[in-house]
Amino acid sequence: MTNSWTDIKNADVVWIMGGNAAEAHPCGFKWVTEAKAERGAKLMVVDPRFTRSAAVADHYSPIRPGTDIAFLSGVVNYLLSNDKIHKEYVRNYTNAAYIVKEGYAFNEGLFSGYNEANRSYDRSSWEYEIGPDGFAVRDLTLENPRSVYQLMKQHFSVYTPETVERITGSPKDKFLKVADWVASTATGDRAMTIMYALGWTQHSHGAQNIRTAAMIQLLCGNIGVPGGGINALRGHSNVQGITDIGTLTASLPGYLAMPTDSEPTLESHLGKRTFKPLQANQTSYWQNYRKFYVSFLKGMYGEKATKENEFGYNWLPKLDVAYDCLRMFETMYQGKTNGLICQGFNPLMSIAHTKKSIAGLSKLKFLVSIDPIETDTARFWENHGEYNDVDPAKIQTEVFMLPCASFAEEEGSLTNSSRCVSWKWAAAEPYHESWRDADFLADLFLRIRKLYEKDGGKGIEPLMAVDWSYKDPLHPHAEEVLKELNGKALVDLKDGEGKVTRAAGQQLASFAEMRDDGSTDGVQWIYTGVFGPNGNLAQRRDNSDPSGMNVYGSWGFAWPANRRILYNRASADPDGKPWSEAKKYVFWDGAKWTGADIPDYVPTLPPSRGAGPFIMNPEGVSRLFARGMMAEGPFPVHYEPFEAPVANPLFPKIKGNPVARVFKGDMEVFGTAKEFPIVATTYRLVEHFHYWTKGVHANAVIQPEFFVEISEELAREKGITRGGWVRVWSNRGAVKGKAVVTKRLKPLKIDGKTVHTVGMPLNYGFIGEAKKASPINTLTPPVGDANSQTPEFKAFLVDIEPISGPVA
Amino acid sequence: MNMELSRRQFLAGSGAGLAGTTIAALGFGDVESAHAVSIRPFKLAQTKEARSTCPYCAVSCGMVIFSAQSKSAPGKMEIVHIEGDADHPVNRGTLCPKGSAALDYIRSETRVKYPMYRKPGANKFERVSWDFAMERIAKLMKDDRDQNFIEKNNDGTTVNRWTTMAFLSGSSCTNETGWLTWKVARGLGLLQLENQARI
Repeated sequence: MTNSWTDIKNADVVWIMGGNAAEAHPCGFKWVTEAKAERGAKLMVVDPRFTRSAAVADHYSPIRPGTDIAFLSGVVNYLLSNDKIHKEYVRNYTNAAYIVKEGYAFNEGLFSGYNEANRSYDRSSWEYEIGPDGFAVRDLTLENPRSVYQLMKQHFSVYTPETVERITGSPKDKFLKVADWVASTATGDRAMTIMYALGWTQHSHGAQNIRTAAMIQLLCGNIGVPGGGINALRGHSNVQGITDIGTLTASLPGYLAMPTDSEPTLESHLGKRTFKPLQANQTSYWQNYRKFYVSFLKGMYGEKATKENEFGYNWLPKLDVAYDCLRMFETMYQGKTNGLICQGFNPLMSIAHTKKSIAGLSKLKFLVSIDPIETDTARFWENHGEYNDVDPAKIQTEVFMLPCASFAEEEGSLTNSSRCVSWKWAAAEPYHESWRDADFLADLFLRIRKLYEKDGGKGIEPLMAVDWSYKDPLHPHAEEVLKELNGKALVDLKDGEGKVTRAAGQQLASFAEMRDDGSTDGVQWIYTGVFGPNGNLAQRRDNSDPSGMNVYGSWGFAWPANRRILYNRASADPDGKPWSEAKKYVFWDGAKWTGADIPDYVPTLPPSRGAGPFIMNPEGVSRLFARGMMAEGPFPVHYEPFEAPVANPLFPKIKGNPVARVFKGDMEVFGTAKEFPIVATTYRLVEHFHYWTKGVHANAVIQPEFFVEISEELAREKGITRGGWVRVWSNRGAVKGKAVVTKRLKPLKIDGKTVHTVGMPLNYGFIGEAKKASPINTLTPPVGDANSQTPEFKAFLVDIEPISGPVA
Repeated sequence: MNMELSRRQFLAGSGAGLAGTTIAALGFGDVESAHAVSIRPFKLAQTKEARSTCPYCAVSCGMVIFSAQSKSAPGKMEIVHIEGDADHPVNRGTLCPKGSAALDYIRSETRVKYPMYRKPGANKFERVSWDFAMERIAKLMKDDRDQNFIEKNNDGTTVNRWTTMAFLSGSSCTNETGWLTWKVARGLGLLQLENQARI
């Protein structure tokens, strides 16, 4: 979230699309209810189903799964063609005025630089024109035909309300009401928040869904302001924190990058990431990348990291290719992976194309599952009839199912969707013979190191170089580890005049203290301050709201630097004055930046210096034109899902996302509209959390079994009765369940054709107390978003038929 | 209402950390207070409370978890009750159907109780000791690492990677567990390291 759960209360318009907060995040959704009750905020919901969020909305529009970009681009076109944008914000705080260099083009659904053979782009033409002074060229009148603003007007002009209806099935009047309410917030005194979840990410073009939404927010001036923002409602209780830590194939903690084969030295890695400003006076905060990187290395390797050995840079493994989850299972499927550890992870349920996952897991030599409850993955080798039809005798995988302490049986910090790091305390010792995750990791690591010490072997040096100097090496204490994330001074840190600003051994108060000469450590720069000289701020429990704007600045610690709204300098105009009294948040008081929050800006830098509010970007402004940052191109384009009921109405020759990665053999597992005429989507139920709560008694009782939700029209057409059994199948497999016939789903008219959608909850499997069901991902296609590789779970093709139910 | 009042008054009286602000905000007087004290021994007097966080979605609601001396395993604390943390600025005491049933998760029938091991081709798990499991896992990992660890690529660049081993890291783990996971995985040379963020 750019903003926070409690900040939703400051919104005047709440737009939920690609999520269903009332069902999936009920206790966060209360802030939408508050905004409606206290401020008269309007809630609008766009979703394939009339969801629980839609049920309490002031306006609802249906949409065909997988066509969000067309809808959102329609809103962009509406704002631009009716000139309903926040002009001053757009001119000063986005790259609308930047001139794009000659060579950039968009034709027939593709940008300049496309290479069909390897399904990727040469992105070099997606850049600014650079002037003789070395800075990017701008035209603040926005009139230059190659300005981002003019290129945008042209690019989005095709997304008229009629075209939006033709592609998405959203009736024109319902679409226009959404666009109109969006435009009502482009004024500086009103704000709209956008709340989304997996309904936007789980597409082959998921990242572009979110990007288009962010563009709308920038055009309206809704980023950096209270009640605004682009707010990801995240899944697991600490998925934000674990993403921050970066247990992701290509990541280091704090959004630093793993070294790659083409970066043999530390300098070759740092050099290309230390971005120089693209405008005079800009902050370009990533100039500090090297300070964060070296401090990370000092944390990872301790005293062994020295200037002479590049602080241990070459001990880190170098990335040959990114092993995202889909590639991980592809690699396993190819028999190239021998061992897998699942820590609180049930991939058999959560990865696309279950048949392939089973085949992959069966090729492992060993599988370790450490989890508080039994998972379907840990029992993948067990025969569960039609729900998991395998022959154990043919599966040679050694499997370890280890008991892990539950959330209540350990202490430590978690980071919620609002980026707020908070502490939890243990309520009991681990149950049964469970171990805490930390103890498992420490035992495993030290045991392996001992084997190497005793017997020798390959790669000893990098293994032994890792600093593990915990007080009790077998049981690292959570506070000790949080201190390590924060970082400390390793020698006396001095300012320019030789005065000691931080004594050796002291915890750092801010990442601004980090240095690139090895005199500081700290593995997670964005968390620096959470455990500074004043102790563990994650434990703060002061719930006061001094500004009255629902800002709880003394509760826990929100990264970075305890900021609750990111880019909040943009809540003031270029002169530092609030855009309006209603949205007064962070402003210049003549001497410094002040207000309800910690300024996301240099606190004493006057507005007259003209540094932009988007301090991480070398431009100092946000990007309507993404330059080379996105795989599909600098502007979003409507691409159909890989399995779609119609050809792309705008660019009929293009199938799916033209740069999405499809593994060899997987192109053949996609189904066609001819064989599979019905669109399917998946969703969550309020009574269940992913695949855990099917093993929890109360939840299994209140929502006991899998079902298939269909419209009354489809039920009539197929002769399906309410509560009758149905079989749903895709080109990859089939599932069975009872039919729930509802008015919540309606057939839509798409490009002249009637298209039905079915919805299925994903929370069931073959282990637990709920009734057994085939994994939902038996049906889903193994293709991901071209940037993030998030699988396309929300839009695929199936067929459906009534069947006789099991004999009781 | 009486129930709610009594419970809160009781907690404040127990001095176990619930801020007095909650009581003040409710605006109840001495009578209720006395009533609360009178029923104190019958409620949660034998319990200890801990502030925790709901394990499910990323609203990460504050929870208060109560534990008491176990009757079946003397000397051990057992969790007996969970409720929303009324002081938490986000959830303000509320929990959804998942969080409300979190006690059933802790006490789930499908909790893994002991280390379990399945031999190749076997059709059942058998109970083993932690030491057996950890020794075997460490051995399997070392053998595979020794076979497949790559110190230098074809160009002679030091790459220190082990690509035949994968680790899926849990997104409900604490930040501290997350960092130890990163450190162990990368220390061994893993590139196949992922969490639930992209699925």
